[in-house]
Formats: sequence, C-alpha cells, structure tokens
Amino acid sequence: MSAAVVNLEGPSDAHQYVTVRIGGQLFGLPISAVNEVFVPDRITPVPLASREIDGVLNLRGRIVTMIDMRRLLGLKDGTLARMAVGIERTGEAFALLIDGIGDVLLLDPSTYDSNPPNLDEEWTQFSEGVHRLEGELLVVLDVERVLAAIGGARSAA
Amino acid sequence: MAPALQIHLNPVSVMDDLLREFLTETGESLDVADGELLKLETDPNNRDILNSIFRLVHTIKGTCGFIGLARLARLAHAAETLMDEFRNGRPVKSGAVDLILRTIDRIKLILAEIERSDGVEPPGADEDLISALEAEAAHEAPAPLPAPAPLAKAEPAIVVALERELLPGEVPLDELERMFRETAVEARPKVPTLAAAPTLVPHMLAATPEAEHAPATALDPAAAAAQTIRVSVSVLEHLMTMVSELVLTRNQLMEISRRNEDSDYKSPLQRLSTVTGELQEAVMRTRMQPIGNAWQKLPRIVRDLAHELGKHIELEQHGAETELDRQLLDQIKDPLTHMVRNSADHGLETPGMRRLAGKPEKGTIRLSAYHEGGHVIIEISDDGRGLDVARIRAKTIENGLCSEADAARMTDAQLYRFIFHAGFSTAQQVTSVSGRGVGMDVVRCNIESIGGTVDVRSKRGEGTTFTIKIPLTLAIVPALIVEITGERFALPQTSVVELVRVRGDSEHSLSFIKHAHVLRLRDRLLPIIDLGSVMGLSCHWGEHPDGELIVVMQVGNQRFGVVVDSVLHTEEIVVKPLASVLRGISLISGSTILGDGRVIMIIDPNGLSQYAAARSDKTDEASKGEALAGTAADSNKMSLLLCRAGAQGIKAVPLALVTRLEELDAGEVELLSDRSVAQYRGTLIPILYANDEVERKTSGKQPLLIFSEGERTMGLFVDQIVDIVETEFELKLSSGAPDIMGGAIINGTATEVLDVAHFMQRAFGDSFDIPVGHPRERNGRLLLVDDNAFHRAMLEPVLKGNGYSVTTCTSATEALVKLSGEARFDAVVSEVDMRGIDGIGFAERVRSELHMHDLPIIAMASGRNPDSIERGHLAGFTDYVAKFDRNGLLAALREFAAHEDKEKAA
Repeated sequence: MSAAVVNLEGPSDAHQYVTVRIGGQLFGLPISAVNEVFVPDRITPVPLASREIDGVLNLRGRIVTMIDMRRLLGLKDGTLARMAVGIERTGEAFALLIDGIGDVLLLDPSTYDSNPPNLDEEWTQFSEGVHRLEGELLVVLDVERVLAAIGGARSAA
Repeated sequence: MAPALQIHLNPVSVMDDLLREFLTETGESLDVADGELLKLETDPNNRDILNSIFRLVHTIKGTCGFIGLARLARLAHAAETLMDEFRNGRPVKSGAVDLILRTIDRIKLILAEIERSDGVEPPGADEDLISALEAEAAHEAPAPLPAPAPLAKAEPAIVVALERELLPGEVPLDELERMFRETAVEARPKVPTLAAAPTLVPHMLAATPEAEHAPATALDPAAAAAQTIRVSVSVLEHLMTMVSELVLTRNQLMEISRRNEDSDYKSPLQRLSTVTGELQEAVMRTRMQPIGNAWQKLPRIVRDLAHELGKHIELEQHGAETELDRQLLDQIKDPLTHMVRNSADHGLETPGMRRLAGKPEKGTIRLSAYHEGGHVIIEISDDGRGLDVARIRAKTIENGLCSEADAARMTDAQLYRFIFHAGFSTAQQVTSVSGRGVGMDVVRCNIESIGGTVDVRSKRGEGTTFTIKIPLTLAIVPALIVEITGERFALPQTSVVELVRVRGDSEHSLSFIKHAHVLRLRDRLLPIIDLGSVMGLSCHWGEHPDGELIVVMQVGNQRFGVVVDSVLHTEEIVVKPLASVLRGISLISGSTILGDGRVIMIIDPNGLSQYAAARSDKTDEASKGEALAGTAADSNKMSLLLCRAGAQGIKAVPLALVTRLEELDAGEVELLSDRSVAQYRGTLIPILYANDEVERKTSGKQPLLIFSEGERTMGLFVDQIVDIVETEFELKLSSGAPDIMGGAIINGTATEVLDVAHFMQRAFGDSFDIPVGHPRERNGRLLLVDDNAFHRAMLEPVLKGNGYSVTTCTSATEALVKLSGEARFDAVVSEVDMRGIDGIGFAERVRSELHMHDLPIIAMASGRNPDSIERGHLAGFTDYVAKFDRNGLLAALREFAAHEDKEKAA
C-alpha cells in the first residue's frame, strides 16, 4: 500500500485518513473526524440499549458512548483485542470499537471511486466510496452517518 | 423630546448592555411592586409598604428617563405622582390600586416590546392611563400630610378627619410635581450623550454604557443595600461542573487511600475531602433560590382572578424562604401557577355558596413550602368545595380510563388521581381560567420530569390539598450502589425506603400470585421487580442461599420491591446525563462515575414504578389507576361463553378453550377418593364445580363444560349456560381469587372470566397424574410475544405445562431487546396484531436486524387470511396457527422441536 501514500505531511487533510480494521476489511476515517485513539478499558454495558451500543466508559472524566462497529456493519462479534477511535459530535463523546488501528494515509483523489453497486446495503449506508489501494480497497467511513444510524436504530427498536 | 430620542436610538440595532440590564432589573422591580401593591390594598396604612412602592416606581421613572425611554418615563411619573399622594396620607382605595396595577401592566407591555425590537420604544400613547392617573391624583386631592404619627394609629376615623382638614394644601403637591419634573429634566442631559455615542463612535459602544452606568447605580436608592453581583448562569453551571469533577476525583483518591493503609496522604487527603465537601456545598448554594421567587407573580394572579370570578380570595404564603435549585425553580413555576389558578377557579366557591355552606365568604388558598429529608414539599391547599368524587367517577368512565365496575370499587383517593390524566377536566363550564382539560396532566408531567411527585387529598366541602414533592437538586444525589449479575447500578436514595432480606424462616415472605412475585412485608403486599430480568440481564431468582435481598422503594403512593444481588454502599453521586442516543431507555435516568473510575447507570425510580404498576395488578391499590390506564388499550374481539355459576352472576370462558358443552345427569357423577369423576366417552374424567355456590344437584341434568388439553379432559359444572357472545372486551387482571383470571365488561355488565388453567391444575394437580408426553422435561425455551395480557395469561401456562420454559414479552420492542440480549431462545411464538410494531414487522426485524435466520417464529393470528399468511411467510414467519388453536400451536412447536433434534443429530 506504500504506493498510495503520497506524503504524510501534506498541506491539506481533505484526503487524509486514519485507517482501521473491522472484521478484516480496511476502513478509512477522515482524520478531521478523529479525536483520539485509545484502548478501551472497563466498558459498562447499558441495559436495554440498542445492540450496536456496546456500553459507556469513563475517559478522563468524560462519559463516552461506545459503538460496536462489527455489530453496526452486521459482522460477527470478534475475539480480537479491540481498539477505539474517539469522535465527538454536538458536545457528546462517542467512540467506535474497531479491531485494530493502522497508518494514517494521505490518499490521492485519483484512487477514489464511488461505492461499487453490488456493495452490501448495510455498508453503503455508512460509506460514500472506496479508495483503490495497492492490493486492497479502503472503504471510506462516513462518521456522521454512523452516528445518525445509532440514533435511528434506537428510535426504531 | 420623545421622537428625537427615538431617532437617535434607532440606529442602534443591537441592544446595548445597559439597556439589557435595565430591562432585567426593571422586570424584577415590577414583580416586586406587584406584590407590594397587593399588600397595600389589604393594609392601606402601612407606611413601609407605601415607601417601598414609591421608591420602586421612582427608580423605574428615573432609570427610564435616564436611558431615554420617554414614554415609559411619563407613565411612571404619573403613577409616581399618585403614589406620592398615598405616601402623604391619602387613604388607599381599591380603585386607585387597580389603576396603578394597570399602569404597571402597561409598563411591562412596553418593556416586552422594547426587548423584542432591540431597544426601540414602541410608538403609542398612554394618555388614557396618564390622564386617569392624574385625575385620580387630583380628584379629592388631599394635601401632603406632614404628620405621619396619627396614621400609625391606623384608625380610619382619624384618617378621614385628617383628609378633610388638609384639603387646602394643594400647593405643596404642585411643588412636588415640579420637583419630579425637574428630576426627569436632570437626567435628560445625559440621555443624548448616551444615545448619540453609538452613532458617533460605534467602537466605543461597549465602554460608553458602562461609564454612564456608574452614576446610574450610584443614584439608585437601592444600590446601597446591594451586596450582590450579577453572575451569568453559564458561569455558575461551569463552576458546578468543575466542582462535580473535583468531587469525583476526591472520591477516587479516597478509594485509593482506603486500599493503602499506611499512607502519608491520609491526613492531607482528609482535609482535601473536607474542603471539597464545603466547596461543593457552597457552589450548590449559588444555585439555590428561595421558592418565593416562583411565587412572586401569584398574588397578582389570584387578585385578578378574584375580581374576574367575583370571589373573595386570600392567598397565604408560608415558607417562601425555602430554598431549592434554580433549575428546579424554573420548572415548577408554571405548574404552581396552574394549580393556584385551579384552586381559585374550581376549588373555591362563590361568596354566596360559601355563605350557604356556613363558611366565611373569603376563601383561602394556602401556599406552603418546607424541607423534608432531601426534598422540598410544596403544598397548595384551599378551603373550597373539595373534589367531586361522583363527577370524577363519571368522567373517568366516560373517558374510558376505567370501567364502571372498577370505578365503583375504587377508593376516593384512587379516583382523585385520575385528575392527573390527560384530557381530564371536571369543570362543567370552560372559563377563561380553566376547564379545558389540559393542565393537570401537564402539571404531573412537568413535576415528574424533575424527579418529583404530585398527589392530591381532598375532603368534600372542606377543601383540596395538592402536595408536590421535589428533590432539592438534580445535580448531586445520594445513591445506594447495588450489584446485579456482576453489574453495579445506582438507586437514588430518595426513593429507597428500606432493605429487606427474605429468608425461608423470616417474617417477611415472598409469594407468587399467578406468576406475579409479591413480598409480604408487615401488613402490605408489595409487587416485586427482578431488576436483573427487567434489565435484560439474567434472572437470579431463588439462587441465593441467604435468601433474597430486596430494596423497598417508593415513588408517589406506590411501593414496590426490587430484587438485587447485593448492596455495596451509599455514595453521593454526580449525575451525568446520558448521551442523547441512550435517553430513550425509561429505566435509566443517567450515569455517574464511581470512585474507582467506572461508569455505572442510575436507575430511574419512576420508570421502575411504572413497570411495577403495569405488573402488580391488584397487589398495590395505589397503583391500580395506573395499571388500568395501561391495559385500557388492550382490546380484542373474541367469542366468549357466558354461563351462570352461583348467585354472584355471570361468568365468562373464552369459547376457544371450551371443547364441548354437555349436560350430565347428576347420577352419573361418582366419588373416587373424595373427588368427583364421571364417565365421559369411555374414559373417566375429573369433574369440578365452577365455585362453591354452584348447585350440587342430586338428580336431573346439569350443564357441564368440557375442557381438554392434550390427553387430559375435565368437566366443569355450572348452573346455566347463558349465551355465546362475540365481543370486544378488555380484561382487567385484577382478581384475587385463583379461579378467576380477571374481570371484564361484557355487554355492559361486569363479568368475571374463569381461569381454565386453574381448573385444569386443580383437576390434575396430584392424584390425577395422567402422563402427557413428558411435561416436566424441558422441551425448549420459548419467547412469547403478545401485547394482550389475556392471551399471555392464557398461553403461558399451556406452554409451560407442555415442558417449555417461557419468557413473555408485552411488545415486539421488548421481544427484540430480549432476543438481542444474552438469553437464547429455541423458538418465538408471536401474536400478529399488536400495537406498535406488529408481528410481521417484528419477524422482519428478527430476520434482517438481528440476523436470526434460523429462529423459528410461529405466528398466532385471529383470521386465516391467505394474503396475510403469505405476507407473514415473506416476513419470516415459520408457521401460522389460529389464535387459541392450542393443539395446532403445540403441534407446530413439536414439529420445530423435531426439526431441531434432527439438526442436532446431523
């Protein structure tokens, strides 16, 4: 994938992604959306919450709502050691539970493609497109839509 | 003068700080003036009051003139002139007070307009009021009274005499007026400066008002007393958050120090802890305000109402200094106002009626507030006519909130509670004040939303008392930390009454009434909630060697027990709101961070009480109104067999459960080891009587209902078969008797529905142990989904009797939660027609959202409409059975079980 890495100190972060692995697939989160990356510890489950919400935890005095990305994407629960990507929206702290964190990549728009039409609908609702990397594809996660889906899932359940 | 000023002010589109401050301050002053004036009306010779109102009006006038609000200044001036008359000894008359109140109203109106239009005084004239004020001042105008001493005696005769005597003294009044005009003029020169400043040097805008403001405060007569400063609420909120964090950190440190015995940190930590505690208290105090602030407007409202309604009303206030959280204060203002209006309008009678009732013509509304155990109690009571139970009962039935039979059985206190239901008003006439049927439910919602409760007591002819109980603050609450299946939860201590450990040999015991767990505690029966299973964690019933640990909680009038695994400790917790995506969970009100840094959930006692009310049925009378309201919508058409059994009247049995109707000759009934049996179609079946009152015929034929379940068949004697009706009926699971499932209104008559399962159990309980498959054997775990309480109650014993372990859900939503939880189910039996998500929607979700593609879902439907069956199959139903086709259902389940076995074998 190194060919796709143009320059880490690029002037714009428009196409800079934090890469994460969820169920074997490589995903990219726009770097501007990511607050921090941490190892989740002592997650408290929230009874009666929707399935995608793994629970809440205390991150330096803030209560963070943990979103289980595997469940959200309809993947089987994993046994891998998990990592979390902290994001923030309207003053509330969320974190996406993922399998592992990868490099930060600066990707050229020329490698960008919209979602293949046969991509699972469960995934297209969280993604706008993919980047063609050497050897594999990177699915661009839309953080806003992920958070909206959590709220939506709750009102439906 | 006025137009010129407006032209200068107009370019200032954004209100400057000075003006904003003026608006706030004046608003407050006016509220005070309102109250003072009313006091003056009742106590016209109180010089202190007179002086304080005069000062208020004067301050308003002065500030208005200063700030360039000419219209306001003129109005205030006219009012002040009249006030000065009073101050100088003229007797205060109701008409004059009215006039001044009207003036104050007008001032408020103008102020509101100014606020809306960013500081521009609205055009318009107040000549009507001003001339009225001037006329009043000039009319029978007395002279200023130089000697206040005789006034202090407060003897009306003297006052009148003095008034006459001083008639000639009009000159000083004029002088006084001139003086006031001069005061206004004196302020005026500053006005253009202020008004012009923004236009000329816009960047100086911020500085100028402050500079101008300094002399203004100096002129303010009240300023000398001001030991207070204005701090914005957001600063206080921030301070509060920081202190909360500090408290948490302190708790964490304390936790660490507890683990390390010989720590040098111990004593400084102790001090830190004390200081933190004090700091917390001090910051909390900044949020506290006397409740009187919320009452301020009430005297005026009551006075106006009294005039409008032609009643004499006295408003008593007690404990206005009682403090509570500012946030809460805002929240109860409206409910309080509403309730006081209600008391004035509905509660108190007209003077004529009061006289007839032998009461003083003047009615009293009493407001009182006091602290009690971490709560503020506010009572609003009147000495009026009291609530009309008959009317409430009629209205309750009319609105379908409960059946006639239930209403007849309810106590007055239970019926009173219906006034808090939506759309409930007993006022026969809709007045401008009340009677629109909105209100008390809103009051209840508002109060409950801040963790409070509201209750009502009433005595016919003697009055009504509303009691509001609200917590002192919402930010920090003492909580009991409990553990359930390894998870810790916080129970707000304000709702906890006591802890009870129930062992086999203890005086308190747990009982089961038809699957409902109840605790016998002293003389009360309390419904029991197993927090573990309610929360979708696992159920721990009866696994504790030392007996069950039960936290007895109370919300409003309702008491209930909560089963927990262990109680850890109590702690002052800082409530942190849940993320917005989690706020819909009714049983959880928030979260907090414990001393060890772990987040735990705070249980919402209100949510629990609703849960208990929905489940407890008859166990707690107070909850009954709620429970009934909850089941009111539980309706469905079904065929019922009506029969007579004993003198008590008609009993009903769902026709679907009756296999045959027979008539049996009394001679055919034989006794076999103390039990009645009869030959029926070649086998011996047990025979029971529907109840003790059913006639035991010795000869002749008697109607017999035949019930069958699998290979078990039994007969039930009744007195008479009456009818078969198809009716829409609502079952109220409210029976104490074991043979009665509940009551229902059928064709307008209260009818008890017999519990067939109970008779089957009695018939086959022990001695008639006919083997039916292997009922004790666990066939599998079923999830039963049906929003109809009756159907659930009917099916559950059948399924259990056939060896399935059954979990019931009252809605598809609940079922989805259960399915996504820890527990695994072998099959789901679901009703198709349900409120909210229906069976088809439920099946779709199970398949698409939960990805349980292999889970058998058996649908129960009333009709076998081919279309809906097709739709059901598409949605993911495994099989369809008709409702009440129990054999069909069992067959379908057996088929699925066999299927499972095959899979296991494969």
